[in-house]
Amino acid sequence: MSASTSAPVQQFALVDCNNFYVSCERVFRPDLRHTPLVVLSNNDGCVVSRSNEAKALGVNMGQPWFQVQELAEVHGILALSSNYALYADMSNRVMSILSDYSPRQEVYSIDECFVDLTGTPQLKAVSYAIRERVTTWTGIPVCVGIGPTKTLAKLANHIAKKHPRSQGVFNYNALSQEQQTRLLAQIAVSEVWGVGRRLTVQLQAHGVHTVQDLRVAHTPTLRSAFGVLMEKTQRELQGTACMDLQEAPSAKKQIIASRSFGQAVHELPVLQDAVSSFVATACAKLRAQDSQAAVIQVFLQTNRFRKDQPQYSPCLAVPLPQATNDSLVVNRWAAALTERMYRPDYIYKKAGVMLSEITPVGQQQTDWLEPAAPTQTPLMNALDHLNQRYGRGTVKISGQGANGAWQMKQERKSPCYTTDWEGLACV
Amino acid sequence: MSVSSFSSGLPHPLASTPLVLDLCGWTVPAGFPSPAADHTQKRIDLNEQLIRNKDATYLFRVKGDSMTGAGIYEGDTLLVDRSMDPKHNHIVLALLNNEFTVKRFYRRGGVVKLVAENPIYPTRLIKGEDDLTVWGVVTYNLHKLC
Repeated sequence: MSASTSAPVQQFALVDCNNFYVSCERVFRPDLRHTPLVVLSNNDGCVVSRSNEAKALGVNMGQPWFQVQELAEVHGILALSSNYALYADMSNRVMSILSDYSPRQEVYSIDECFVDLTGTPQLKAVSYAIRERVTTWTGIPVCVGIGPTKTLAKLANHIAKKHPRSQGVFNYNALSQEQQTRLLAQIAVSEVWGVGRRLTVQLQAHGVHTVQDLRVAHTPTLRSAFGVLMEKTQRELQGTACMDLQEAPSAKKQIIASRSFGQAVHELPVLQDAVSSFVATACAKLRAQDSQAAVIQVFLQTNRFRKDQPQYSPCLAVPLPQATNDSLVVNRWAAALTERMYRPDYIYKKAGVMLSEITPVGQQQTDWLEPAAPTQTPLMNALDHLNQRYGRGTVKISGQGANGAWQMKQERKSPCYTTDWEGLACV
Repeated sequence: MSVSSFSSGLPHPLASTPLVLDLCGWTVPAGFPSPAADHTQKRIDLNEQLIRNKDATYLFRVKGDSMTGAGIYEGDTLLVDRSMDPKHNHIVLALLNNEFTVKRFYRRGGVVKLVAENPIYPTRLIKGEDDLTVWGVVTYNLHKLC
C-alpha cells in the first residue's frame, strides 16, 4: 500500500486519573491536600490508592495496612476506607465529560478511559483542553497519552505521568521514527500493557529488556515462546492497531458477589444473612443488564491465613428449575445451599455467590412441570428503584443485612458527598 | 402462549397451571378525544431548571450564619458549579488556605476580597501570602420552608 492511500494514523488517547481514590477524597477534603493520604481496600486491609506524599514516604501499592501503621504514626499518614459510592459518581462525571470529545469511547476501568481522537483538528490543544476541563469540572487531575494503538496510548500515558515536562500530556504520534526508537529503548518492558511480573522475567531470559527489544524481537520465536497474545502486543508496539475500542461493555457471563467478613462468623443465620446480601447484589446486576441466570453456586471459606484453625472451604452449585433474576427465588436456593454446607465447628471468614449460565431475559427454556417464572417482576423493579433512590440496602430481602456481624469493616469511610442527601459536605 | 408455538409442530409442554383469560372489564370511550391531548408537555424537571452543567455541579450543606444577608441560612443546601468562571459579585465557594468558605467574591481594580453578608463578620481582604482558590460558583440556594 502506498503512503498516499494508507489510512491516517489512529489517534487513540488514554485518559487516566491520577491517584484516583485519593483525589476523589481530596475534592471534598481540601484540608487534606498536603497530607500523606492512602485509601484502603475492603475491610481496611490493603493500600489501594496513595497520594504522591504517601508514595514518597515509601508506602507500596497493595501493602497491608498493618505493615504501614508504624510509618503512618511517624509521618502522619492518614488512611481512609474506600468509599465506592463517591468514586463511582466521580468516575461517571469524568467519563461523561470525556464523551464530549469523541463519539468513540471505551471506559476501561473506574479511572481510565480510551477515547478515539482520530481526525480531531489541533490535537495538542484539544489534549490539554481535555485535561483542563476534567480538572476544572471535577477536581480530579488526569494525564492524557496518545498513540496509534491502545498499547502505545497506554505507554504514552505512563510517560505523561512520569515526566513533569510533559505537563500531563504525551503524544507518541508526534515523535519522529528515531525519537520513537530512542524513547522505547529507555523504557523497561515491564511497563508494557499486559506484561506482568512473571512475563517480564521470562522475556528478560530471552534477552528482551526494553520496550524497543520487544518491538523488534523475532516474531516467530516470540509467538512460539509466548503465544499469539504477545505477538499482538508486539504488533501494537509497531503501530498496527490489533485491539479496537470496546464501546459497549459486553454483558457478563458470570456474576460473582463475595466479600471477606469484618469479623469471623460462627452461626448459620449470620452466614445466611451475608449470603442473602450477596444474592441481592448479584441479582441487581443481573437485572441491570436485563438477563437471568440458570445456575447458582455458593461458597464458604474459613480464614486460610490462620493455620492454627481448622480449614473448610465448601462450594455447592445447583441448576435452577427456571432461569431467573428474582432475588427472592435465588435467595431461597442460596439459603438452602448454605445450610447444606454449614458445619458448626468452623470459623468462617468469607462467603460468596456466583450466578452463571446467564442469558438475556426472554430466552426462556420452558420447563415441563414448573410454570414459567415471570422475570423482572414488579416487586423487583420496585426494589431496585427504591434502592437506587434512597441508597443501597434501603429495602432488603429476608433479613438481608439484619445481622451486622459480617458487614465490611469500614471504620474510616468518608461520607457519600455526592450520592447521599445526608452526607453532603458542610461549608 | 403464542399461536406460532402450536403450529410449529414442536412438542407442546403442558402447563401445570390453568390458563387464565382476562375479560375486558372496562369501557371503550367513543366520544370526543381530550382537547388537551395534542398539547401535553413534559412536566417541569427541577434538575433541568436548576442545574446548567450536571457533570460540574455539586451540593453542599451550609454551616454558620455569615451569609444570612444573601438569604443563605444554616442547614440550607447550595448548588455549586465548578465550570463557571467566578466573576465580581458572584457568591462563591472558596478555598482560603485550604478551608472551605462561602462568601461574596469581590474583585475590582486588582483588589480581591471575600465579603460576608452579615455585619457581624468582617470582610476578608486577600493578601499576597493567602492561598485562595475558588472551588465553584454558587448558583442556587435550596431553603426548606416547612
